[in-house]
Amino acid sequence: MDLSQLDLRLIGVWFNNMLAGAGLAPGIISLINWVVGALLLLIFALTLAIALIWIERKLAARLQDRLGPNRVGPYGLLQMVADVLKLLTKEDITPLEADRVTYNLAPALAVFQVMMAMAVIPFANGVIGADVNIGVLYLMAIGSVGAMAALMAGWSSNNKYALVGGFRVVAQLLSYEIPLVMAMLIPVLVAGTMRMNGLAEAQGGWFGLGWYVWTLPTAFLIFFIAALAEGERAPFDLLEAESEIVAGFNIEYSGMKFAWFYLAFFLNSWVLAAVGATIFLGGWQGPFVAQIPALGVIYFIAKTLLLFFIQAWVRATFPRLRIDQMMSFCWKVLVPMALLLFIAVAVTLKLGLPQPVQGVALLGLNLVILLATLALVSRAQKRSVGAGKRAFAPELPRL
Amino acid sequence: MAQQALFLIMAVFTLGMALGTVTSRNIFHSALFLVGSFAGVAVIYFLLEAEFVGVAQIIIYIGAIATLIIFAIMLSRSVTGQNGSPMNRQWAFAALGAALLFAALAWLFSRVDFGSTAQPVPEDAIALIGAGLVTEYVIPFEVASILLLVALVGAILIARERHS
Amino acid sequence: MVPTHYYLILAAIIFSMGALGVLVRRNALIIFMCVEMMLNAVNLTLVALANQWGNLSGQVFVFIVMAVAAAEVAIGLAIVMAIVRHKDTINVEEINLLKW
Repeated sequence: MDLSQLDLRLIGVWFNNMLAGAGLAPGIISLINWVVGALLLLIFALTLAIALIWIERKLAARLQDRLGPNRVGPYGLLQMVADVLKLLTKEDITPLEADRVTYNLAPALAVFQVMMAMAVIPFANGVIGADVNIGVLYLMAIGSVGAMAALMAGWSSNNKYALVGGFRVVAQLLSYEIPLVMAMLIPVLVAGTMRMNGLAEAQGGWFGLGWYVWTLPTAFLIFFIAALAEGERAPFDLLEAESEIVAGFNIEYSGMKFAWFYLAFFLNSWVLAAVGATIFLGGWQGPFVAQIPALGVIYFIAKTLLLFFIQAWVRATFPRLRIDQMMSFCWKVLVPMALLLFIAVAVTLKLGLPQPVQGVALLGLNLVILLATLALVSRAQKRSVGAGKRAFAPELPRL
Repeated sequence: MAQQALFLIMAVFTLGMALGTVTSRNIFHSALFLVGSFAGVAVIYFLLEAEFVGVAQIIIYIGAIATLIIFAIMLSRSVTGQNGSPMNRQWAFAALGAALLFAALAWLFSRVDFGSTAQPVPEDAIALIGAGLVTEYVIPFEVASILLLVALVGAILIARERHS
Repeated sequence: MVPTHYYLILAAIIFSMGALGVLVRRNALIIFMCVEMMLNAVNLTLVALANQWGNLSGQVFVFIVMAVAAAEVAIGLAIVMAIVRHKDTINVEEINLLKW
């Protein structure tokens, strides 16, 4: 058997040939393709969410020296199915003074936003919903719709905690979008394309040394931290800080509507991990992927799950930040760092160095900026602790 | 064919949302209608093969401007919804003026003959726009950046609470 | 292919609606939204004409307009919030003093 035939794209070719053989017009065929592709992504996402929730609960439990779900099915695998059944049968409450249409629209918009983002994620070479030439920009645009859903939920619930959650959503998501976008644009500068598939393609060669995480580690770090905040994960989960505002914008939601927010939360984490894997970890690139294209799916899923695992690890380990610490960390540390790095990388690329030298130069630049920022932050923190003011950065445990 | 149908649907949608923005009694609903009309215009940009502008429309208008307006609505919710009619007394004159404005614009547009075929938009439109912003239009671009910086500083200065 | 006239007429309707809103509504924030809508209509004509002539200058100008709109919103909302804090109203008919 020819191993290069193991390519997911061939399924699409075969499907199209079958439809053409049935004598359909090309317009109808592309319409069927769109509908089938969208349905496949939808089913994949819904199944994925169940798996992700199980993984995260198990991981968090093990990290916190607990067992986690272990009653329903082997290793608690069916726990999520039971949970979904429970949520489906729960009473669907709408608060008395709620703004009904907005209240019901918000969870749908939250899930819609994540599903739309999945359209531009390349699962393997060419296996992508829509390889638009503005892929990275499209992701930013879709991401900015997410804040709208939380705002709508927060306002329409007619609950003061939900409203405070809404305020926090705007403050946090708008602020952290800036370093996130800047960090995503740095690989775009290096690769010279905004296509998601093109970005993954540009990271081939040298057995994984072409991944941008090696040449641009600081950009990856900024991206990862900002992605934690965009994904509303600890230590940046102030939107739903139980101890402060009970549950944030989704406090009044129950039953399936709450489940939709939950779904959007986990899928959002996964999408951010997938974007990070595509832009910084080479996406579907890996050994022998040129010979056996189907291996790309495995590499991509493995890298995405690795990033998801680190997100869950951070969530289970770190305590929550205070809101002013979070905002000042974004505006005083991440944004200047990302801007500086962006300009420095652009200038380095203009020098026109040969490929290996350029990679080393970018790596050196990244490390210099990272170390300089760390030195500045620790100095400022020492001074502010001495002056008895508010801490500048997340407080380190003092031994 | 499909393009015309999509244009018609999006035009009706956008106009409905715009009408909602102007007439809604609930200010939060007004803002949501505004978001809808922005989204409708973004889809029309995609129809016009201006993908970059369409995405920028979503990022800037929906992601930033509409979100900020809703934020302001939430902050000022204690003073909204007071005293009666949301319209002022000149609504009849204003409606007449708006209708006249539309008639004048429509007359103006109908006088122009664009010919039958549109010119094709270049393939690598994004690269051309990017190059245009830093070569031919570099002065408007820089002026816009300075304007944004000044607006940023000014907004902070105006909105700052003075502790006395 | 949709004729360019249709886009222009659509933009004209949106622009007139925005103008009507600015003239009629009493809430300062809604007046803001209507101004944004008018700017949006202008952008639509620019993009439609850029498409008509196959020339990207129209799209470049849309970016400049968007930057101006963003600056306007930042300043305008700051002013509205300052007024709300000082005078406890958002009704433009009650904000009629040039000096306090």
